[in-house]
Amino acid sequence: MNPDHHVILRVTAKFLIPIIVLYALYVQFHGELSPGGGFQAGVIIAVGVILYALIFGVVDAMVKIPPVFARLLAGSGFLIYGSVGVWTMINGGNFLDYDFVIEEGPDGHWGQHIGIILIEIGVLFAVAGSMLTIFYAFAGRAPEIDDEDW
Amino acid sequence: MTEDAQSMTAHADLAVLLIDIAVLSMMGMTAIAIARLRSLFALVMLSGVYSLLSATWFVIVDAVDVGFTEAAVGAGISTALLLGAMLLTVRTAKADKPLKRVAPILVCVITGAVLIYATIDLPGFGDPNSPANVYLAQEFLQRNYGDIGIPNVVTSVLASYRGFDTFGEVGVVFIAGVAVALLLGFGERSLAATLSKKIGGKK
Repeated sequence: MNPDHHVILRVTAKFLIPIIVLYALYVQFHGELSPGGGFQAGVIIAVGVILYALIFGVVDAMVKIPPVFARLLAGSGFLIYGSVGVWTMINGGNFLDYDFVIEEGPDGHWGQHIGIILIEIGVLFAVAGSMLTIFYAFAGRAPEIDDEDW
Repeated sequence: MTEDAQSMTAHADLAVLLIDIAVLSMMGMTAIAIARLRSLFALVMLSGVYSLLSATWFVIVDAVDVGFTEAAVGAGISTALLLGAMLLTVRTAKADKPLKRVAPILVCVITGAVLIYATIDLPGFGDPNSPANVYLAQEFLQRNYGDIGIPNVVTSVLASYRGFDTFGEVGVVFIAGVAVALLLGFGERSLAATLSKKIGGKK
């Protein structure tokens, strides 16, 4: 294949992918104030990696972000979410009752804040990891888009 | 209200109405194009376009969070995943026999008619007296900040009041990933097999 193939695509993607990931982080951590949260951020990060895979090839993407990492991410995200619930139970509250995440007075909201940030991170990991796992499962079978397909 | 203000509101209403009509008719045209096309690549792209249009529609009806999710999930990841799935099969769908289309058309028309009939009973858009806007919604809007302390009600309902529900949703996404991986493999081994087959084929 000609090395200069799709050169515009490659240059644009190199410029765009960091912005996509940065935007995902903004969506993740600004979710308390604006639309968005872990689900959307996870999907956007996965889309960034998928864009990379579509343009630079799945093999390259699998070297940079190994499928093992993707599944670990998915599992650990679900685990983080669940452990927050168990942690609140250990502290004497109900499952996922964030008032019991840390000890504070009845009017404090830090428990809620910390709990929500933690579970949103869990959601981010689980969604991004699962989406990447699904994509790798499909893409591993057809590594490249032939030119005639476009 | 002065006459000027009244005419301004009328203009604004007209503009919103025109945007509504434009977006909805574009959605209709995309749907018809999807139903008629046979090239799978064009179909995947058009379904992405349809998702983007419906995201616009959600924003028009003030459901910003839903619109955002639709744009990210529907137009972003589903298009990419469908593209990946499409590469595993042929590039054009077979044309059906005309007679075979009768039953699906009947099902669609009847379901559509029932749905349109059902909308007659729905409350008007933004009706302050509709069941969705009184009782619980009001209550949560009022007590949210005191309970949780974050301004975005959608986040506090999703993450805190209905945290267990969201836990189930994350579980569903996780299980979907695991199920696809169980059916198709994780990707590395099948990729290695495909690549070695390709090199072997070239020789």
